[in-house]
Amino acid sequence: MQAKKRYLILLSAGTCLVLLFYFGGVQLPSSGRNRHDRSHNGYRPDQPWPHFSDPLQQFLLWDQPDTEEYNIHISPRQKRDVNTSVYKGKRCRMDSCFDFSACKRNDFKVYVYPQQKGEKISESYQNILSIVEGSRFYTTDPGQACLFILSLDTLDRDSLSPQYVHNLKTKVQNLHLWNNGRNHLIFNLYSGTWPDYTEDLGFDIGQAMLAKASISTEIFRPNFDVSIPLFSKEHPRTGGDRGYLKYNSIPPFRKYMLVFKGKRYLTGIGSDTRNALYHVHNQEDVVLLTTCKHGKDWQKHKDARCEKDNAEYDKYDYREMLHNSTFCLVPRGRRLGSFRFLEALQAACVPVMLSNGWELPFSEIINWNTAAVIGDERLLLQIPSTVRSIHQDKILALRQQTQFLWEAYFSSVEKIVLTTLEIIQDRVLQQESRSTLMWNSHPGGLFALPQYSAHLGDFPFYYATLGEYSSQSTNRSHVFMCHPCSHPPGLPIPAHPQAAGVCCQITIIVLWNCDKPLPAKHRWPATSVPVIVIEGENKVMSSRFLPYETIVTDAVLSLDEDTVLSTTEVDFAFTVWQSFPERLVGYPARSHFWDSNKERWGYTSKWTNDYSMVLTGAAIYHRYYHFLYTNFLPASLKGMVDQLANCEDILMNFLVSAVTKLPPIKVTQKKQYKETMMGQSSRASRWADPDHFAQRQTCMNKFANWFGGMPLVHSQMRLDPVLFKDQVSILRKKYRDIERL
Amino acid sequence: MCASGKYSSRGPALIPRMKTKHRIYYITLFSVVLLGLIATGMFQFWPHSIESTADWGLDRRSVHDAPLIRLPVSNPIPERGDLSCRMHTCFDVYRCGYNPKNRIKVYIYPLQRFVDEVGVPISSTGLSREYNNLLSAISDSEFYTDDVTRACLFVPSIDVLNQNSLRIRETAQALAMLPRWDKGMNHLLFNMLPGGPPDYNTALDVPRDRALLAGGGFSTWTYRQGYDVSIPVYSPLSADVELPERQPGPRRYFILSSQTAIHREYRAELERLKEENGEALLLLDKCSNLSQGVASARKRCYKGQVFDYPQILQESSFCVVLRGARLGQATLSDVLQAGCVPVILADSYILPFSEVLDWKRASVVIPEEKLPEMYTILKSIPHRQVEEMQRQARWFWDAYFSSMKAIGMTTLQIINDRIYPYAACTYEQWNNPPLVKWSSVNSPLFLPLIPPRSPGFTAVVLTYDRIESLFRVITEISKVPSLAKLLVVWNNQNKSPPEGEKKFKCPECTAIDGLSLDQTHMVERSECINKFASVFGTMPLKVVEHRADPVLYKDDFPEKLKSFPNIGSL
Repeated sequence: MQAKKRYLILLSAGTCLVLLFYFGGVQLPSSGRNRHDRSHNGYRPDQPWPHFSDPLQQFLLWDQPDTEEYNIHISPRQKRDVNTSVYKGKRCRMDSCFDFSACKRNDFKVYVYPQQKGEKISESYQNILSIVEGSRFYTTDPGQACLFILSLDTLDRDSLSPQYVHNLKTKVQNLHLWNNGRNHLIFNLYSGTWPDYTEDLGFDIGQAMLAKASISTEIFRPNFDVSIPLFSKEHPRTGGDRGYLKYNSIPPFRKYMLVFKGKRYLTGIGSDTRNALYHVHNQEDVVLLTTCKHGKDWQKHKDARCEKDNAEYDKYDYREMLHNSTFCLVPRGRRLGSFRFLEALQAACVPVMLSNGWELPFSEIINWNTAAVIGDERLLLQIPSTVRSIHQDKILALRQQTQFLWEAYFSSVEKIVLTTLEIIQDRVLQQESRSTLMWNSHPGGLFALPQYSAHLGDFPFYYATLGEYSSQSTNRSHVFMCHPCSHPPGLPIPAHPQAAGVCCQITIIVLWNCDKPLPAKHRWPATSVPVIVIEGENKVMSSRFLPYETIVTDAVLSLDEDTVLSTTEVDFAFTVWQSFPERLVGYPARSHFWDSNKERWGYTSKWTNDYSMVLTGAAIYHRYYHFLYTNFLPASLKGMVDQLANCEDILMNFLVSAVTKLPPIKVTQKKQYKETMMGQSSRASRWADPDHFAQRQTCMNKFANWFGGMPLVHSQMRLDPVLFKDQVSILRKKYRDIERL
Repeated sequence: MCASGKYSSRGPALIPRMKTKHRIYYITLFSVVLLGLIATGMFQFWPHSIESTADWGLDRRSVHDAPLIRLPVSNPIPERGDLSCRMHTCFDVYRCGYNPKNRIKVYIYPLQRFVDEVGVPISSTGLSREYNNLLSAISDSEFYTDDVTRACLFVPSIDVLNQNSLRIRETAQALAMLPRWDKGMNHLLFNMLPGGPPDYNTALDVPRDRALLAGGGFSTWTYRQGYDVSIPVYSPLSADVELPERQPGPRRYFILSSQTAIHREYRAELERLKEENGEALLLLDKCSNLSQGVASARKRCYKGQVFDYPQILQESSFCVVLRGARLGQATLSDVLQAGCVPVILADSYILPFSEVLDWKRASVVIPEEKLPEMYTILKSIPHRQVEEMQRQARWFWDAYFSSMKAIGMTTLQIINDRIYPYAACTYEQWNNPPLVKWSSVNSPLFLPLIPPRSPGFTAVVLTYDRIESLFRVITEISKVPSLAKLLVVWNNQNKSPPEGEKKFKCPECTAIDGLSLDQTHMVERSECINKFASVFGTMPLKVVEHRADPVLYKDDFPEKLKSFPNIGSL
């Protein structure tokens, strides 16, 4: 046995060696021959780029730019004017077709033409107009306006459609502010009609910008037009449903890999791709279904596959497929865009685009590669292998991004319209515009206002993405006191040296919101930190959330004059806030609930097992929310708060939860924030008022209405110091004062 | 793996259990395969190494060896570039095909010297140093293929970087003569200085059919978005001068203008700004007293004071990059290299690689008209933003501007991303400097989601042999309402897990919870932490001082009304 083994090994080794030398031997002379050939010619085609030994000239002679520039006599100003006059119509750009002088600095106002009697306006367009009118951009004065929106319905320009407005050309020309469309924005969902579906609107738009669905790259004027998504009549006006993704499953694969269910046109424009889908359909995980049944005379055009396709089509439920598929095919229809796109986006089904030449919605700001697979109609047959090659991690990321984009820009007509306006505003303001990162990451461009700061680190949202160096500033704290009206204030916190430690920058701002005169200087307590007193001009509630320039730190501790808090409690809350800089961190918590009897939202201050709000009478949050409160919320809501002198904290909670999609954070507090502890301050009497409570309920419903839904989220968690009430020596506890009663 | 003992008994016993006869066969077979592998390896390796050394030997070749091609006057001229071209209309995607690496194949035409009928070359410079560098970079890259039939993209060896040195008509004819030209389909031309006097077109004037253009100095009217690639104008100084990276922060000057060829109208406006704001601005020009020549390109003057260029750029926070006759300026590259924030005044200019780079984070773009307001605009930018832009500017230069290779590779990657969009580089990959890449946390679960209770959770219990303790854990955990599944990972090599509910005793089971008190155990764990931190390159763990408790935890409140009454009561 042993001998046989050795023999075998030896034999095989020998064979291998022989083989090796054989191949090596053959190869050696052959490569030698190659070398010979090349040196003979000096050249052989199909070889890597050779290394040339000659001294080569530079492509740019050192003095070329100088000599050229000095040859130019045309003044740059003239050159600009020439551009402006030449590039019109299809070649319009902001530089040539938009009048920037109409938009005063920092003031982007939109004017909507008054509606004329007898003009029919579709519900969708009515929605668009009312959203603009309700937005903070709206102005009734055309002299102030930077952008003009027609009250003539231009959404449906399919001449066969019942919504089609006739004689638009003359109607538009008769508008005295039309000015050949300069600074006008025209919304359009459908253009052209059977059989060629051109993208012509049927009237001369002059120098107006288009906000158009299904727009092709061919007619799309970059940085001038805006591509909007195609949305249906039923698309909600405000708020809108959230995305369907409730939790992330890992691995992320669903029952189907790729699905589609829709019409097949048989002939004419846009029919090729859908007609070919059956090649890819495999009845298992790639389910692509088409029906020939649509229109009156489909029978006339039907082909051999129609019967079979139609039968297969009826077997599947569209919604079931949508919710159970990893990818959803979005092939072009007659026009480039289709409803499938938004449906897939909402359903967290990653859209696979098959629509060559479609300028994707909001392509100027959205990086679609992170939320969709952009396919090529010519490569339909490769689509299944392409989507199968996409890694699980990437699918997980794509899926989450569909949800982010859906909720940030697409879930309601309001979001679509506001996004359009914000894009144009960014172009107009130039310096104060959002970077790609702000548009494409949470919480999205509508909540991140570039007027606040050009520096991403000044926002509470990008610390993780930008890395550590931009988050140093969270290390500073800031104490901010709000003063509705009272006797000389007691200042419980900052006198304490620990809170005014080396790490932190602390300033106290007292907002004197009282009709009484300020107390004399000697009556104020001595502090080691600067105290700044601001006298509220209008003495209204909203002024506590004004973005005061004196607030230079990221963290703001908002207090009422009668708040009872110890230094330790503040200190601990601040360390918690540093971990959650985008959230509200506070002490007393409140909750909301749905009152099904009254069919409205209810407000409760009872001690419950969960909460959804923290009172801003004692809360730490990022100063960006001051800016957002003042500049994002509509005058109607702020006015309501000021008028009632109530609910400002509820509104702030609504705002922050709408931005973060997360609940606030409640931290430990030594004593409960009770009315009894407030002594005889005026605030206490306000809380004791029974109307006060009813008002807050009303506020909540009003706010929820404006937000288009209830943004508040419940939480069952309270953050306590790590050793809180643990059975260890109190001396080992850093925040021991919190436990002492 | 989970709750199954099959694995532990199988693995190591494989060979000993086999019969000797089989063993021999296996060993023989194994050695044959091994030797075969070695042989193939050498077979693969040997000839290649020979070939590459052969190449090396042939390196010393001259451009004059390239074949001479005469262009008859009557040769066809391609059509002018079609402005409506897009990837789906003018690019043949079938040539790129589906490949697992998702990488396009690029072919470079061999060098030829084109001359007209009377023997005058079509270009005054011929192959420039920069274009040669670009082509060798492509040829050394993973994009390269020498197989023309497998190529997806074709790069002509005709140098069109500088239109000034070209004879337009003849260059166009030469392009049309390329064997695979086919109306310019899938051909990529690199041009940095387009147009010529008097009106300086913003794209290469050479008629080029459907060829893609990687151009420096596109305006929004000539750039075909999603088809052309906007590239920088390479600055030859990049190769000659080494500027060490400077820490971001305030600099001696606030704004610096270093360009020598600025239109007098703009120079007048800059001077007005200088008068208003004094020392904060430094306005440099050519040195009139220095002799003309290459050396003078490295000097700048202000009122007789001489400064070294580009070193002086590092002394300013912002550096002006004004348009000249052309929109694209080589100065941009110098400015970025110096870590100075470019202030770009060139209306309608398509910034280099704007398809992927977020210039808002590295530059300030101001309309030419607003030049008089430049100072005010720049003053309003927060300091920390300026610092970040300085860092970002330098990083853009390092990654995308520093050499012809960087420019070429970036261009190819952008085109590659369009053809395989599902494998494209992300925004973060393009725009985040290495420092940010390391310190940022990109959570795979980035969407703020609070999952519902309904699918519950899966408990995974790792176990050795402390059965009593295990059963206690299982009993307790299984009472949790949200528990969906319980997974026991049996981690004992020597013992099979118990079956069913049958309990059995083991003597060592009594020593529970002794582990964490063990001193050596703690030392081991410290070592682990150090090892992990060194592998991560940083300490990813963060210290916090808070703990999550139920809302009413330890509150003076009836226990009955609490959702989680038993927490914390041991």
